Amino acid sequence: MEKFICGNDAVAEGVRLARPHVISAYPITPQTIAVERLSDMCEDGSLKADYMHVESEHSALAAAMGVSSVGARAFTATSSQGLLYMAECLPYASGARLPIVMMNANRAIATPWNIYGDQMDSMFLLNSGWIQVYVEDAQEALDMMIQAYRIAEDKRVMAPVMVNLDGFVLTHTYELVNIPSQEDVDAFLPPINLEDQVMTIDNPKSLCISAGNDFNFEFKIKQEQDLTNSKSVLEEVDEAFSQAFGRKYHGLLETYKMEDAEAVLITTGSITGTTRIVVDEMRQAGHKVGLLKLRYLRPFPQEALNKALEGIKAIGVIDKNISFGYEGTIYTNVNSSIIHMETPPKSINFIGGLGGRDITKANIEEAFQKLMSGDSLDRVQYMNVRCEQ
Amino acid sequence: MKHNARTLNTTEHFYGHKACGGCGESLAVRLVMKILGERTFSALPAGCMSAVSFIYPNMAFTTNAMITPFASTGAVAAGMAAGLKALGIEDTHTVGFAGDGGTADIGLQALSGAIDRNDDIIYICNDNEAYMNTGIQKSGLTPYGTKTTTTPAGKNLPGSVTMKKNMFEIVAAHGIAYAATASVGYLEDLMMKIEKAKNTKGTSYIHIFAPCPTGWGHETNVTIELAKQAVDSGLWYLAEFENQEFKLNKNPKEFASVEDYLSKQGRFKHLQADDIEIIKAHRDQKWEKMRKNWI
Repeated sequence: MEKFICGNDAVAEGVRLARPHVISAYPITPQTIAVERLSDMCEDGSLKADYMHVESEHSALAAAMGVSSVGARAFTATSSQGLLYMAECLPYASGARLPIVMMNANRAIATPWNIYGDQMDSMFLLNSGWIQVYVEDAQEALDMMIQAYRIAEDKRVMAPVMVNLDGFVLTHTYELVNIPSQEDVDAFLPPINLEDQVMTIDNPKSLCISAGNDFNFEFKIKQEQDLTNSKSVLEEVDEAFSQAFGRKYHGLLETYKMEDAEAVLITTGSITGTTRIVVDEMRQAGHKVGLLKLRYLRPFPQEALNKALEGIKAIGVIDKNISFGYEGTIYTNVNSSIIHMETPPKSINFIGGLGGRDITKANIEEAFQKLMSGDSLDRVQYMNVRCEQ
Repeated sequence: MKHNARTLNTTEHFYGHKACGGCGESLAVRLVMKILGERTFSALPAGCMSAVSFIYPNMAFTTNAMITPFASTGAVAAGMAAGLKALGIEDTHTVGFAGDGGTADIGLQALSGAIDRNDDIIYICNDNEAYMNTGIQKSGLTPYGTKTTTTPAGKNLPGSVTMKKNMFEIVAAHGIAYAATASVGYLEDLMMKIEKAKNTKGTSYIHIFAPCPTGWGHETNVTIELAKQAVDSGLWYLAEFENQEFKLNKNPKEFASVEDYLSKQGRFKHLQADDIEIIKAHRDQKWEKMRKNWI
């Protein structure tokens, strides 16, 4: 069935199909429509879940931890300040290996206060032990809600998943979205069954334990290994998804028109769609340009990225965030990956979109031109700004 | 079901922990677990009880239990209860064990949320009147005149200058299903209240007065005596909030000596006569109100 819906609606539809037992959420713009739709679904019975009206984001994730700790499927959703407010709970959940799924509507961080989309919020939490995926459109948002539970609950992974979609540009924009049947989703995503991992009456456990300097490090190493190894599971789940539903997202990253490309832009989230069009237009005009869409930032797809960039002369990394005092966070991550290549491409950071500022087709074309010009450029370039660089 | 020393079961669900000798709080947890039984899921935030009972690989709870973020006792316990209900797992109890700071300060918001939703959980506040796990710092439940490491007593200050936050009435003001105060000095009363909480549908809250030899500076063999004296001297009280009505359970004709209670504890050693008068005046004001409205 196809429906003309916004990204938040698509998230709610995806969550409904994934059949969570409990939803604990606190409203924050621009996530609100997603939790409003889920409330409607709980009310009309199309989703048999308990909706917990928690008093804060901190409690939203803490409650989800409680839900998940007894083996039930938990969902929460947040954005921006709300994500930062619950930040303490993120490593708690991942360290306890609780397979919670959360939607994050990427939004700017105060101050100056701003409700529009950039990716400053989730970048703060890259180190939280959560899998982070960034979606390009409403369809991918819906599909990733379903994939996320299968990934999180995979016993080889046992890690919470944060599905990021750009505030307003995706959350509030309407698109035609294919909604899979419950039957097909049920076949793809079986009921949660983690008896050995969670607290049960027959086999009681202590969870979220403490471990001193004699054991703590080993717990962290195990967590690190499992998150790194989850890369193959993500690919596997995406492949299984494409078999079942006919939509393929290419796992960790997607390359677009990169054969023989001289300049490549690396994107995450919704800006990918605009960049695709610019690549098409510039290709028609004879320019050898391409696009690499990073889907997952954690685990970071180092091997796949380096392989995809072989033979590329110049890359530009679009960051909708700044790590103050340095550069864009994705740029830092990409550079630390490509230094392991034999002949790494030259790399430039294009920071744009902060506080919801447009990144236009012209801005993207300009970025490609800069990359192809061979000029010596400052490593950090701001896109579409009104002040001197 | 009545509980006393004769009827109490011999099954232990909480042992092998590393709490100090004479710890009032660990006694409370042990007794609560005896009454709630093996189908109990516990949530414990940062604090003494979590610090002494989950040290890998030695786990002190034989039942399901987990550490929660400091502010999150109410939320995690509520989540557990919601999860169990959604899975159709019946005849279970979900309990949160937080300290005075974990309840009256950092955890107050999450507790308020749980009571507002009337989640089916039992919330235990083990009140030893300061942040003991971090080394005896003042909390919202530290009484007037207490020397702590953040309220030093000196020429200018008598230790803590604030009175205890009124947690019992704060939770009652939510219209909570059941709330009570208790003391490890009066164990039958305490166990009766746990039994009531166990049988309450919706949120219940038990505020347990629990001396701490390490933080209070008293001998480890006077924990129970002090917990009794606090009640007998009127500095603590035994009450319930049931069917939306307050009820005072114990109304001494005459108060036992406040000085006697205070003098056994290092934390009050510095108090002057006028400080003790302030403590008594506050006590009398509180009791006047309770006797007028709760009997």
